[in-house]
Amino acid sequence: MSGFTGTFRLARLALRRDRIRLAIWVLGTPLIGYALAESVAGLYPNERTRLGYAETAVTSVVARAFNGPVAGVDLGAVVVTETYLTLALLAALLSTFAVIRHTRQNEETGRAELLGASAVGRYALLTAALVVVVGANVLAAGLLAAAFVGAGLPVAGSTAAAAAIGGVGVAFTGVAAVTAQLTVTSRGGNALAAATVGAAFLLRAAGDVLGEREAGGVRLDSAWPTWLSPLGWGTQLRAFGGERWWVLALPVALLVTGVALAFALAERRDVGAGLFAARRGPARAATGLLSPVGLTWRLHRGALAGWAVAVAVLGLSMGVAGHEVDAMIADNPQAAEAIALLGGGSELVDAYLAAMLGLFALTIGAYVVQALLRTRNDESDGVLEALLATPVSRTRWLGTQVLGAVLGALALMLLAGVTTGLGYGLAVGDPVGRVAELGGAALLRMPALLVVAGVVAVLFGALPRWSVALSWTVLIVFLLLGQLGAILDLPQAALNLSPYTHIPSVPAADLTVLPLITLAAVAVALIAAGLITFRRRDTPS
Amino acid sequence: MSVISIENLVKTFGGVRALDGLDLRVEPGEVHGFLGPNGSGKSTTIRILLGLLRRDSGQVRLLGGDPWRDAVALHRRLAYVPGDVNLWPNLSGGEAIDLFGALRGGLDHRRRDELLDRFDLDPTKKCRTYSKGNRQKVAIVAAFASDVELYVLDEPTSGLDPLMEAVFQEEVRELTGAGASVLLSSHVLAEVEALCDRVSIIREGRVVEAGTLTELRHLARTTVTVETVRPLTGLEALPGVHEVRPIDGRVRLEVEPDHLDALLGHLVRFEVRALTSAPPTLEELFLRHYGDTANGRSASVGGTR
Repeated sequence: MSGFTGTFRLARLALRRDRIRLAIWVLGTPLIGYALAESVAGLYPNERTRLGYAETAVTSVVARAFNGPVAGVDLGAVVVTETYLTLALLAALLSTFAVIRHTRQNEETGRAELLGASAVGRYALLTAALVVVVGANVLAAGLLAAAFVGAGLPVAGSTAAAAAIGGVGVAFTGVAAVTAQLTVTSRGGNALAAATVGAAFLLRAAGDVLGEREAGGVRLDSAWPTWLSPLGWGTQLRAFGGERWWVLALPVALLVTGVALAFALAERRDVGAGLFAARRGPARAATGLLSPVGLTWRLHRGALAGWAVAVAVLGLSMGVAGHEVDAMIADNPQAAEAIALLGGGSELVDAYLAAMLGLFALTIGAYVVQALLRTRNDESDGVLEALLATPVSRTRWLGTQVLGAVLGALALMLLAGVTTGLGYGLAVGDPVGRVAELGGAALLRMPALLVVAGVVAVLFGALPRWSVALSWTVLIVFLLLGQLGAILDLPQAALNLSPYTHIPSVPAADLTVLPLITLAAVAVALIAAGLITFRRRDTPS
Repeated sequence: MSVISIENLVKTFGGVRALDGLDLRVEPGEVHGFLGPNGSGKSTTIRILLGLLRRDSGQVRLLGGDPWRDAVALHRRLAYVPGDVNLWPNLSGGEAIDLFGALRGGLDHRRRDELLDRFDLDPTKKCRTYSKGNRQKVAIVAAFASDVELYVLDEPTSGLDPLMEAVFQEEVRELTGAGASVLLSSHVLAEVEALCDRVSIIREGRVVEAGTLTELRHLARTTVTVETVRPLTGLEALPGVHEVRPIDGRVRLEVEPDHLDALLGHLVRFEVRALTSAPPTLEELFLRHYGDTANGRSASVGGTR
């Protein structure tokens, strides 16, 4: 067992490093689960309303794609359909990032070398990471089951629902164990694992869209692609709808396979090396690189391309799905109400399209945060020190970073509008008109994204050491206010804190210019404050 | 006018006084050695000179300007090599060199290629695959290929092998030969002795000794070993003589430079058969100032921040 020497100590180290992250994960999951279960119970209090919900969920292609199949008309089944994908995606991404952070990131930074030179086995680092992440998933699932029971749901179904979500985390722990072996950088390992999550989402969506309604019931039998997706397995457990416990063997099997593969790879490769070798680069820089703008483009273009592909695929599929909204949901008051809540307005299709653009604006907010936080990354890496020792002024450098993030967001937002318009336009036979309409409507969301950029800029300028954690927190608060605020019945004053609240819901609502101008002004003030505070402070690493 | 002139500079981090009334002066055309133990404030001083940190109080002039207010204009006239070089992992070394050169206002491409050749650096490799020494070479080539008045080098050779160290020294001589000034922070005392016209020794945030090596030596004792026909007596009574020890029929002692003449007058009376006199090495000078930090008193003032 010498290959595992030191595993226990390294696991304790991982727990110590991540005590706050893990606590938020393990405690936050049941809290979100409880809040959502309570709100669903309030929205669908009796069998009749739930039957209406299930009818929609099983007939609507949009609901099938973005919520998964409904397992029955029990309150628990509705809760699962409403919460499963959110919690499962969280579990998948948190598990992935945690595994990579405790494996590849240690190798990339050279810490693994230092550890490996002490009495630590070849597999200890990987094993410690797996123990911690699987443990966190199990613990979070246990507490989630208790939260569902606490919300008044039956024990068996609650356990199955929580196990389904924990299973997704466990399955992607296995995936990340492998991707951590493949790339040299932790960024690459994260991207590869996140791409697997995306593929799993698409496979599951395809399987559920192609599925058939069970004869004489409201249950959906998913088609085969769902079975290829770890995200789909959780739905096939059918919590609260005649549980199929054996499905839980699938994520465990994926974990075991992934871990075995990862161990085999770890044994064959050098510490710090990946399966994909590092490529060479040009001996001379192209003239396009030789300025802060050129450098920013060079550093951002890879991530931007990845985002563009994802946005285009989602935009097209959401646009095509928009065609069915009228037919499928028009006779279902509950679903109509839910969409109207998100999108507003009276025309259901318009409300749907507006809601989708709003969703894109929130998601692309994550791009803005990610792109702008490179500033802090460069600062703590020491790259910034070397840059600022050249005649590049602080204002010019930070201004370029903000400009890069904003232009990237502009391109992505435009792409989201155009692809959604194209998908919908092709489905209804008016591509040109719809592309123009939704492309324009998408650009109206930009002031909110400018505010996000301003918030990150101010945090970087004023509180550099806290900027990473605070920036993401602010975006998550905006997301929660936007997506759950109305459902959770928060007061308007709270909702007004998010810039997204103030964007007119075009095409569902009329265009009002004043809030857009106000938001843009707020954004400009925030960005200016960021530039000024950055000019005045030390540059700590 | 001095290239760098610092008077009574103070910088605190929280409650820690990283710089505590530091004075430093670098004259045009000289290589100025900046010595001190880890955490004594060398990097903090350099970061203030580069406008990365703000001073709390004191006077700082760099190339006649204010390093914080005139940062951009001043940076056109200087080049910097950090001790711990971090680069963009997905850029090649050649791209990073060209980028720094372009940001600094253009670099001499013939000189760049010549330096790449002399430092034996492959510019096509990605920065993430370079070793520490090679990352250092990227920063050195980028700096030395720029035609500027002042080079700020913060432990620039900490990752270089002895062969490259020799190349580095030749290149620095070439730069100063062309009229540039250099501030060289270093732990490699042989390098400092070989290159520097003047040195400043810093400890716990203040300069404790500054001057040419000759001047510094003058302040320290010379070690004299002497062999005489008749047994030596009366040495302890002479002023300025210390640490008299007999070794294998010879006598070794330390004498303050001002009293060397009197000592020699005393020695000849005993018929000198052999005599060696060694001025203090830089290492001895250095250890004399660091000495008490080694036993007990820790010199941890803020790490490299």
